[in-house]
Amino acid sequence: MFGGIHLVRHDTRIDFMRIHRPLMILSILLVLASIVLVATKGLNYGIDFKGGILMEVRTSGPADLAGMRETLSNLGLGEVSLQQFGSPQDVLVRLRQQEGGDAAQGAAVQKVKDTLGTTVEYRRTEVVGPKVGGELIWKAIYATLLALVGIAAYIWFRYEWQFGLNAILATFHDVITTVGMFSLLGLQFDLASVAAVLTIAGYSVNDTVVIYDRIRDELRRYKKLPVSDIINQSINKTLARTTVTSGLTLLSVLAIALFGGEALRGFAIALIWGILIGTYSTIFVASPMLIYMNLRGIRAKASAAPAETATASAPAKPK
Amino acid sequence: MLNFRPWKVSLIVLTLLVGVIAALPNLFTREQLDAMPNWLPKQQITLGLDLQGGSHLLLEVDIKAVIDEFLNGVVDSVRAAFRKANIGYSDLGVKGTSVTLKLRDTTQLDAARKLLKDSAPGLDVSVSDDGSASLTLNDQAILERQRNAVAQSIEIIRRRIDETGTREPTIQRQGTDRILVQLPGVKDPEHIKALIGKTAKMTFRFVDATVSVDQAKAGNLPPTSEILPSAQNGGDGQPLAYYVVQKRVMVSGENLIDAQATFQDAQPVVSFRFDSLGAKRFGDATRENVGKLFAIVLDGKVISAPVIRDAIMSGSGVISGSFTTQTANDLALLLRAGALPAPLTVIEERTVGADLGADSIAAGKFACLIGLVLIVVAMVVLYGLFGVFADIALVLNAVLLLGALSLLGATLTLPGIAGIALTLGMAIDANVLIFERIREEVHNGRSPIASLDHGFNEARRTIIDANVTHLISSLILFMLGSGPVKGFAVTLSFGVLTSMFTSVLVTRLIVVLWYRRARPAALPV
Repeated sequence: MFGGIHLVRHDTRIDFMRIHRPLMILSILLVLASIVLVATKGLNYGIDFKGGILMEVRTSGPADLAGMRETLSNLGLGEVSLQQFGSPQDVLVRLRQQEGGDAAQGAAVQKVKDTLGTTVEYRRTEVVGPKVGGELIWKAIYATLLALVGIAAYIWFRYEWQFGLNAILATFHDVITTVGMFSLLGLQFDLASVAAVLTIAGYSVNDTVVIYDRIRDELRRYKKLPVSDIINQSINKTLARTTVTSGLTLLSVLAIALFGGEALRGFAIALIWGILIGTYSTIFVASPMLIYMNLRGIRAKASAAPAETATASAPAKPK
Repeated sequence: MLNFRPWKVSLIVLTLLVGVIAALPNLFTREQLDAMPNWLPKQQITLGLDLQGGSHLLLEVDIKAVIDEFLNGVVDSVRAAFRKANIGYSDLGVKGTSVTLKLRDTTQLDAARKLLKDSAPGLDVSVSDDGSASLTLNDQAILERQRNAVAQSIEIIRRRIDETGTREPTIQRQGTDRILVQLPGVKDPEHIKALIGKTAKMTFRFVDATVSVDQAKAGNLPPTSEILPSAQNGGDGQPLAYYVVQKRVMVSGENLIDAQATFQDAQPVVSFRFDSLGAKRFGDATRENVGKLFAIVLDGKVISAPVIRDAIMSGSGVISGSFTTQTANDLALLLRAGALPAPLTVIEERTVGADLGADSIAAGKFACLIGLVLIVVAMVVLYGLFGVFADIALVLNAVLLLGALSLLGATLTLPGIAGIALTLGMAIDANVLIFERIREEVHNGRSPIASLDHGFNEARRTIIDANVTHLISSLILFMLGSGPVKGFAVTLSFGVLTSMFTSVLVTRLIVVLWYRRARPAALPV
């Protein structure tokens, strides 16, 4: 018979609420900075959104990037971007969307193939025409908003509107700062990135709900305690779970980032960031903000339910 | 806590068994599976195009061309009808979705109205007192034509692709005017794109001998003829020649019933056969025009323009042009499959080589395995014996997820593999919630059995709330996502469901079985 180690002591009493003000200001600044970044610097849209051509080729020996750049630039297809992709033999060729509508895109692909010849292996070809790109952006924004509304509605339904509102604010915080990070680092923003953002939203809400669940419990149990103490207590009591879950999820996503292959790396990096920001926002944004919502109003409702009455310090009686 | 109803236990065990059996075929190769007896399950996880290699093409039907062509046909019949009835008109032409004209004599309004109604049934006719008249396609009719054009295009594309021998292509309508074509395992999508990209509208017409090409270019072109380039290019990329060809069609490709690539004088040619109507028309036309040239026109280009030596009554013939075996085969295929009602444009293409797909699977599998091992070890370190229980549930969860994906024929894509890794990480959350709750109860001084009972019960609600929100975002991702993203959403949604099942019910069952046997004085958490 053997037990495990306790990563977090069961009786931690970290005063999270004490530092919530400066962190909240930091969060607001982060969100504002992200918005400003996206508005000014913009996002490095992948071909999913801005249209264009992407080809992954494998050369027989180590790729001669300079030589390829030279020959491809002379085709008159506009700016050609070449990038090493994984092994020295693999090269990503990017062309921006060609003038002349959808048919011109295919012609450009053919030109590149004629130029590079049959000595290279064409591992991947993606062409997104001008029409599709614009549609995909709107579809992505629409999907993100719809997901947020769906989640808010569920939390509102299961909890109270204050919880729903805060969870959504915290999720917006995570989504916006994630997009801001994409802008800051110049990471490619494509359909997979949108999937990553939505996953981050899902993860973040998942994390938030766990703590909210506990806060609601404690609110019913300890009626006299100030709300900020209840929040503190709830975060402390779920801290072990938060650490373990975030840690293990990070581990599995890290494995994807390191070993999952080149194509999934960007995706995995976005998720790593998302897990970090999601965990942070649950503790320092979603929870503290509850004290500004009139949770006392909820008490009236909660007291109608048969709740255990106990004082703050005494442990709950064993049944 | 301890009394697990027997029916519940059997249901859990049964579900796990079904999951394991459904997941099993994935351990074998296709050949091994084919060699096994038929009563064994053989459904494997369907791999997305990004994993098995292949092409995804999104095509757009040029609806405007369909409408224009239809309206131009209306113009022709109106012209003929008015000429026959001797009604004067001017400015006859197509404007947007209407055919418009102006009547010279306003006393003929009623006669014209009747004539217009008869010449194009289904169109809205309006004739105003000042003599301006129009025939308009209403929205309903436009929609219907769109639907027909797309349906017909899908049928033709299917025939063309089937002839190339591609295995299991998917050809689907998307939206009002798009067609999604997915070709698993295709190595040379360019060839198929070239086949799909041809409208393949074939007509047999007479060469207009009354004017030379130069005269026609100088503006002397009769309204009933047009200048068409030859299909063959000279060395400079320009057409080899131009022809003045009558607009009137002698026989069209619709009257073909068969076309085959054959050889004539060691040259690849395409032999064809007309149906009875086509044969009669072709026979009559050739008999009356011996010595003249006729042009075989494909998509506005002249393939060849032979002299009519004598009447061709057999209803069959050959097209010679400078074909290679490949181009002759392709032309025969296109003629057999029929013409598209409108040109198609490729507006999105994603092609992945089979090698890259195999590399992606290998990397993905490896990463998932590493992730799994890390989590399994961490859980034992963190929770000891209970960690082992959670690990068993986790592995069962992975098997169940693979089984569900196989059974339901869901498609696994590259991001889907990331979804599995993420699911494994998150699946453990439910057990962590339960175990931490149990620890808390133990610290609060409850008895082992009460701690377990409370731990599981209190955590269950949290688990459901947390996972439902996650499920909502995955489902929305599924509904609105496309391609690989959809694949990610599928694995994530199933992952949430299977992990809720395994971590809540299976872990609980294992813990109960252990408790009944061990009856511990203190819980090893």
